[in-house]
Amino acid sequence: MAEFVWLIVVIPLIGFLINGLLGLSSEGYRKQKSVIGWLATFAVFVPFLIAFQIFLEMNAGSEPVVVRLFTWIEAGSFTSDIAYRVDQLSILMALVVTGVGTLIHIYSMGYMKTDEGFYKFFAYLNLFIFAMLNLVMANNLLLLFLGWEGVGVCSYLLIGFWYKDMEKATAANKAFIYNRVGDFAFLVAMFLVFRTVGSLDFDVIFSNLHLFNGDIAFWVAVLMFIGATGKSAQIPLFVWLPDAMAGPTPVSALIHAATMVTSGIYLITRFSGLYMTSPEAMLLVAVIGGLTAIVAATIALTQYDIKKVLAYSTVSQLGFMFLALGSGGFVAAMFHVVTHAFFKACLFLGSGSVIHAMHHVEHELEHEGKHVHFDPQDMRNMGGLKEYMPSTYKTFLISTFAIAGIPVFSGFFSKDEILAYLFNAGLGEFGAVYYALWGLAVLTAFLTAFYMFRLTLTTFHGTFKLPGKFKGAENAAKYLHESPASMTAPLWILAALALVGGFMGVPEFFVTTFTSTDATVNWLYAWLSGVTVRAAIILPYGVKWTLVAIAIVVAVGATILAYRMYDNDKGEATDAAIRERFGSLYATWEDKYKFDEAYEAMIIRPGNRLADRVLAVFDVKILDGFVNAIGSIVQFFGSLLRFVQTGVINTYAIAFVVGVILIIGLLIF
Amino acid sequence: MEIINDLLLFLPATIVAIGGLTVMMLDGYKARSRTIYTTTMVFLGIALGVASWDLLMQAPELIFSDMAGAGGTAAFGTFIVVFGTFFTVILTHDYLIGVKHNFPQVYPLLMFCTFGMIVLATANDLVTVFVGLETMSVCLYALAGIIRDKRLGVESALKYFVMGAFSTGFFLYGITLLYGATGSTSLPEIGAYTDGGLIYWGGVSLLLVAFMFKVSAVPFHMWTPDVYTGSPTTITAYMSTAGKTASFVALVLILDRAMPFIATELTATFSIIALLTMILGNAVAMVQDNVKRMLAYSSIAHVGYLFVGLAAGSVAGYSAVLFYLLAYTFMNVGAFGVVAYYEKNHDVHFNNVESYAGLGYQRPIMGVLLSIFLFSLAGIPISAGFNAKYLVFSAGIEAGLVSLVVVGVLASAASAYYYLRVMVYLYFREGKESVSLIEPKKVYSFSLVFLALLTLYFGVVPGGVTEMIYGYFSDSMLTATAP
Repeated sequence: MAEFVWLIVVIPLIGFLINGLLGLSSEGYRKQKSVIGWLATFAVFVPFLIAFQIFLEMNAGSEPVVVRLFTWIEAGSFTSDIAYRVDQLSILMALVVTGVGTLIHIYSMGYMKTDEGFYKFFAYLNLFIFAMLNLVMANNLLLLFLGWEGVGVCSYLLIGFWYKDMEKATAANKAFIYNRVGDFAFLVAMFLVFRTVGSLDFDVIFSNLHLFNGDIAFWVAVLMFIGATGKSAQIPLFVWLPDAMAGPTPVSALIHAATMVTSGIYLITRFSGLYMTSPEAMLLVAVIGGLTAIVAATIALTQYDIKKVLAYSTVSQLGFMFLALGSGGFVAAMFHVVTHAFFKACLFLGSGSVIHAMHHVEHELEHEGKHVHFDPQDMRNMGGLKEYMPSTYKTFLISTFAIAGIPVFSGFFSKDEILAYLFNAGLGEFGAVYYALWGLAVLTAFLTAFYMFRLTLTTFHGTFKLPGKFKGAENAAKYLHESPASMTAPLWILAALALVGGFMGVPEFFVTTFTSTDATVNWLYAWLSGVTVRAAIILPYGVKWTLVAIAIVVAVGATILAYRMYDNDKGEATDAAIRERFGSLYATWEDKYKFDEAYEAMIIRPGNRLADRVLAVFDVKILDGFVNAIGSIVQFFGSLLRFVQTGVINTYAIAFVVGVILIIGLLIF
Repeated sequence: MEIINDLLLFLPATIVAIGGLTVMMLDGYKARSRTIYTTTMVFLGIALGVASWDLLMQAPELIFSDMAGAGGTAAFGTFIVVFGTFFTVILTHDYLIGVKHNFPQVYPLLMFCTFGMIVLATANDLVTVFVGLETMSVCLYALAGIIRDKRLGVESALKYFVMGAFSTGFFLYGITLLYGATGSTSLPEIGAYTDGGLIYWGGVSLLLVAFMFKVSAVPFHMWTPDVYTGSPTTITAYMSTAGKTASFVALVLILDRAMPFIATELTATFSIIALLTMILGNAVAMVQDNVKRMLAYSSIAHVGYLFVGLAAGSVAGYSAVLFYLLAYTFMNVGAFGVVAYYEKNHDVHFNNVESYAGLGYQRPIMGVLLSIFLFSLAGIPISAGFNAKYLVFSAGIEAGLVSLVVVGVLASAASAYYYLRVMVYLYFREGKESVSLIEPKKVYSFSLVFLALLTLYFGVVPGGVTEMIYGYFSDSMLTATAP
């Protein structure tokens, strides 16, 4: 079955072409929304089935299968194939992408039902899946880069999906530009790799890792990591992700939570062998990850926009994954990628369901003749929604438990694994730094549980606050209703996965402590052992259990604390109290550490000034002058020649004879 | 019987010939134009099917007592010619109805012309080349002036005819001299002859002159702008793709089989022609305001790039030329198809670039299609046009023609100016009057979409085809370099 892997990639492309072209050319087709929706969904679901079949035929020991389709680029000694790699890592990613992708496609059919750009939305989604699968299945860096850029483009198109709103178009630009900064570093990393081993093929690179000595390994690792900070929203390039929430919510769930933003983690995991040779680069990855985790978590604490909270939470969780990578826990990072895909997609879709309902309320009030304008994403307008939206509430709550790290929910296992790796790294080189990072990570875990319950409680518990806040919205509650089944069904499936997904990676010491024999309960660990390198955990059982205990205490403690502070409509009062208590620190969080302002002052404004005063002058006066001069010369020449083209046949014959003389002259003499 | 076997190997041409006769008879018995069109399409469809089968399955073989070939380059040329004709007929039917000149005679003429082209592209003997060339040309003269009440068309047809007759004289003289020098008209036998001499070189020169005229290389190009502008737009597409392909395939065959040992001596001549053609074609295209005329000059420029491949005088160069012809057929038929669509919506003179202002938003699909074709013509990556240029130029580099290639790349970069200019008008200029475009027929837009997909496909995956083309030259006398 593995030889059919190309189908996985091609089918979404076909879906994109059919929906895109037919939608573009036929007015009638655009109205066939269920045809469009189901076609797009199957264009992702069928690849999922194929991937699943391939997955079933593999085992942890399977050798990678490389399927070469054709030679893509050939220039001198450089060749690059369109070739896909089937191994334990790529098939895992493919399953996540197509699996979560299918659910989000189904959800979108309900969510986007009334949008006039329906066909465009699904065409873009299919295109995204195509690009993402290229990214994770590619067998060489160039094809990976094609997917890398492709997901960037799709992200741009989908963030700016409602492009008539200037703010959304700007957010799309911002995402694209910040990503370009990272992409540049990634390109340089590619050049370095090519210079070192003379190929971009994974097989060649991985079998020649010894050629990357010292500095080269460090720089390749660092440059790739800079690329990852763009795509996976880490300091200093993370600021685009919160703004990217301007896109439709299913997009936020699919691209900006579950799949695209994890591609940086995938990349580093793919190159784990290289990273392990450079402890300095690993330290950098961990430090950046740790800082991002805590910075984003503190910002999330102060946000009221339901999607913004989730966005910062995503940044923070991505930081967690980089912490894992930086401490040698590549499998742990992938574990968190997978569980995060489940619970964060569920949370985003749940928030979409809430926003959908709030929009409906606004719409119905409008219908009643009452023009009430409120922000449908502001959680201060919500409250008490659990009565009206039971499915959304229950699934949201399950996922909140998961992300908070409450035991047996999936996030507990993956987060615990990361903390263990961090603590373990404390025994090695740069130990003190890793211990500090461990401390930061525990603090972040605490904050995560806290702000997530703040969000859940403010939104779903207490009383519905909209009627009290806006004149004319007194009977708004009667318009609240649960979303359609096409939206709640994916929520339930994701919630179920968020609940049990953690059991794919139960730590082995949970069993070995008691049985004192080797146990293979950690399926993920075994599955990925062939394709990734990882640091060995050398902590004694006692320490391991202590770490687990700390994690549980922190998560449960934060949950209880949040419950006491935010339940029963105490939310806004509590926030005011916290603001009072933390003073300027809180203000810093609320201002998002002034990253945007700093970029504005340090890069954008000087850049604009440079462009205006120096480059524009150079461009207009010198470059344009030069180009125009050439253009005029050619035009002059062209119009002269035009005179030769008299239209009189005699001239033609003369030219012909001149030509004959020229040729004969050239050939005979 | 051998003749039956040979006819079977020559099936696409046979079908096209029978189709032409049938359609002519139908016209004689006053069949409705719809019937004539449908019959034409049926014959061409079958011929295209057979040509595709030949292209993929048929091994190279000589037929009709070594006068012609089947399989290999012959199948390749036949395929492009029939493919181009097939789409031309679809577009022509719609176009002629649009401009209210739906003459049924156009279909038999197109069929006979195609027959001539196939003969030309499969020839293995100078006599066959001549027969094919003339069958094609005579039909083309008539097609150019098919709209009889249009002065420009009739004028261009007459010019084409006079100049064409002139070049035919040179061609025949060339054959005569070559026969005198080598004692044969068969391509391989001429190729075996190595002893140069005045008569031999005279024959070679005149033969090449005639071909340069047919493919409109500078300075034998003067007829091209007039004819391309004067002819019905879709017929222009036909002339510049199928017609040019047939001539070029024949030329490549002659160079490969009849002149392998003098390839290096021809390099200088071809380089000069390439240089002149690229520069002049692009420079004059740049100052055109009429889109159709711009495409006419740009087709001259493309001949220049093709001559770089010929100048390389290697297997790489010749296969690059063949690939280029394939790519050029897709994108040029497509571009002319969209131009014809815009034109028939208004008036036959609706070709000024300024009248394209804002049209890109009116029927988005047509605007996008034209953009794809123009991008490809300009040689922007991920299009067949890019790969075609890349192959031609890299063959040039391999043959050591670095400065020629540099000029070629610069000329190609300059060509982006006039291609993109059309897009600037399509998208970035406000339309002056409220032009409303009628919805294109489904079959019309699907044909164009198909061509656009092929253009993009061969932009991403040139691999398989280039290797196949390379294979055609496996027994070439040229010193082959590995792909």
